[in-house]
Amino acid sequence: MLQVKNLTKVYDRGVKALNNVTFDAPKGQFLAVIGLSGSGKSTLLRCINRLIDPTEGQILWNGEDITAANPEEMRRIRRKIGMVFQHFNLVHRSKVLTNVLAGRLGYVNPAWSLLNRFPKEDMAKALQQLERVGIADKANQRADELSGGQQQRVGIARALMQDPEIILADEPVASLDPVLAHSIMKHLEEINKKDGVTVLCSLHFLDLVHRYADRVIALNEGKLVFEGLPSEIDDKKFKDIYGRDAERVG
Amino acid sequence: MKEPNKNDKKSSPWKSLGTGLAVLAGLIVYAYGFQITKIDLEQLRSERRQESLVRVTRALAQPDIFEYEQVAEAFTAPVHVTCPADGGIVEAPDTSGPYVTVTPSCAEPGEMVTVEGFKFIPNSSGPVRFVPGSDPTNVVELGNDTATTDADGSFSVAIKLPKRPSDEVQFIRVTMRRNVGTPQFTETARETWDKIIETVFLALLATTLGTILAIPLSFIAARNLMKSVRSPLTSIALSLLGWPLGIAVGYLLVSWVGTLSAPFAENIPVNVIFVVLTPILASLGLRWALPEEETSKPNKTTQVARLIVLFITVLVAFYGLFQLAHLAINVGLLGIAGLGSLAFLGNFLFQLGDIIAITTPVLGGLATGSALSSFLGRTGQRASERLAPSAIRLLNILFATLAGATLFGLFGWLVEWLYQIGQSVYVLWGPLIVGGLLGLVIALITKPKDTLSTGMVIYYVTRTILNGLRSVEALVMAIVFVIAVGIGPFAGVMALGLHTIVSLAKLYSEQVESIQPGPLEAIQATGANRLQTIIYAVIPQIVPPYISYTMYRWDINVRMSTIIGFVGGGGIGFLLQQNINLLNYRAASAQMLAIAIVVASMDYISSVLREKYV
Repeated sequence: MLQVKNLTKVYDRGVKALNNVTFDAPKGQFLAVIGLSGSGKSTLLRCINRLIDPTEGQILWNGEDITAANPEEMRRIRRKIGMVFQHFNLVHRSKVLTNVLAGRLGYVNPAWSLLNRFPKEDMAKALQQLERVGIADKANQRADELSGGQQQRVGIARALMQDPEIILADEPVASLDPVLAHSIMKHLEEINKKDGVTVLCSLHFLDLVHRYADRVIALNEGKLVFEGLPSEIDDKKFKDIYGRDAERVG
Repeated sequence: MKEPNKNDKKSSPWKSLGTGLAVLAGLIVYAYGFQITKIDLEQLRSERRQESLVRVTRALAQPDIFEYEQVAEAFTAPVHVTCPADGGIVEAPDTSGPYVTVTPSCAEPGEMVTVEGFKFIPNSSGPVRFVPGSDPTNVVELGNDTATTDADGSFSVAIKLPKRPSDEVQFIRVTMRRNVGTPQFTETARETWDKIIETVFLALLATTLGTILAIPLSFIAARNLMKSVRSPLTSIALSLLGWPLGIAVGYLLVSWVGTLSAPFAENIPVNVIFVVLTPILASLGLRWALPEEETSKPNKTTQVARLIVLFITVLVAFYGLFQLAHLAINVGLLGIAGLGSLAFLGNFLFQLGDIIAITTPVLGGLATGSALSSFLGRTGQRASERLAPSAIRLLNILFATLAGATLFGLFGWLVEWLYQIGQSVYVLWGPLIVGGLLGLVIALITKPKDTLSTGMVIYYVTRTILNGLRSVEALVMAIVFVIAVGIGPFAGVMALGLHTIVSLAKLYSEQVESIQPGPLEAIQATGANRLQTIIYAVIPQIVPPYISYTMYRWDINVRMSTIIGFVGGGGIGFLLQQNINLLNYRAASAQMLAIAIVVASMDYISSVLREKYV
């Protein structure tokens, strides 16, 4: 159970990216976050695993206050929160397998991982995850030799290595074509339904929201403007979320 | 449309005036520059300078690299001083080979005769001497006595006969030198070869040393990595206190371990046993104390037991290092004694052993310092998270005062050591009080739960030191090191190495600053700590530019090492400077040629390698 309470983030330049955002994400839910570019979706997701430190407010995860965690506690918390990025954020010059194994860094002893040593179980597990996303044959290729869709699968495999209880997906399909987008979303859906992992996913296209999300929250200029089922987004709500001049495309 | 036109009209005379003034100012600057740099073409026109220029240029064009073995062949022609009664009839010389004639064949002492030679080797030269008939071993020098053959192999010299009248037949002897066999390297060429090898290795060692030390430095001089490093004041103060304390304790402790290994210093079998045994023990200890993966937090007893095992393991490892040093020294000595022409391998081992023996206590000190400082820092961090603000304030005041006093006290000690002021008010109590007060003030103005950006402080301090040292040319550093370690390539290695460290650290850190932030974010999100993030997200991204910059630097170092000898830093520069000072331009030319070849081929090799690996 993830609870976000009165979350506010003001950047150094005075930009208010999040303004008093409050919502819950029950365990096992597929929660979509929608809104225009710059509405604070990325900031929200990054506040949850403290890649960005929120200015005010609380984030409770299974009752533990993430915003108050010290670095050591943060390491323990982060390793249970997988993250998938719009631009995949793979280390290009490393092998696919190394990229996937990196998902284990929160667990392994730092001293050993410095020598690029991972336990045997982790190696087996990494191959298993690659198998699961369907690119086991690419394990020994360099990450930048893969196509966009394949790279995002590696990103998902990396998140899965963390044995996550929640996955934060920041526009996971925004740099992919529609066909690939569905295949990636299906992986996330499967993880959500089969493994019971909570998924918090920011999305651009409303048809993807309708197709995959259990619930939706919408942000506009940092404020929470909608919270409910995907089917509840009618034309009026749509204009609230995306502004008066917006038109539905999907 | 109208407004911009108006503006143009208004501004254009001013603009022209401004341009005119700028041009005038430029002219004045250059005029003054001519005056300052004493540009004077009159110097070029002076005949004396032109002559020496031609001489030097010709010498430079004939590098002293090859020579032939030469044989001297003497050719004689009879001459009568004074003319005998029969008029001095002379047999016709054998004209099948080189021959010499004297005309006239008889003359009074002090008269001029013409010595001519034919069928010699073209463009060669040799001395012309007068040999008295009574004493053929005595050779009389004459004025204007060098025979130089022309393109046909003939020469003609007018000489004045000496005042040595005799009734016997006397001789004019022309000694011509002739090259035989194949060309050989001159002494200069061999010296140049030795020194150019020294130069290349000097550059290699300096680059290696510099690269190894510049890599860790470049991480703490990179803004993007250091910006997020923040810690509360208690933690900073405690870790500041931890450094000197840890260094002192560690140095003493490891030195003590060193004395433990001293009784077996000369016993190679014992050395070997320990060198084999200690890594095994150490790795066993490490494996137990640092499990590969941990899902739950261990309890207190396990943690303490692990700490103790880790401590013992580290001591064992240092003991092993000392034994390794002894082993290297002993084997090295054997090698020096028994390997003959490969003795340099023995020397290498010996020196390595010496380096290990000297640096181990220092390493121990630094390791303990960093361990203690990070342990205390973490304790401080935990304390400031758990305790109430008023308690933290108290701790802050206490520790910040102590840390400030310690830091300034150490600085005072350094000042005393450097300037020998000898007054404890200035070098002990003064700094202690000032430092303590400064710490106190910082503790009072910092809110108890606030974090300070330690990372940026370290960043700026490192940057300042790097920039300061970088602005000192390697040549100047070499002068200092020549005083420290004596004239020779070692001083050059140290100087070039130091300069390489600081300049590479800067270049590297700029590469770290320009990496893609995405992977960094992704690795952080997995729960990786700072060091893991560097290894998995930063290093893979910076490998190509690091290789490229290292090669570039190796290139620069080869070039620098060719002139570092000017100040006694070893390498070919020493020879070059010597020969220039001795006006031995042909030798200097050989050395310049060697430098050109080495630099050009380095340039080529590094560009090929860069293309291949980057």
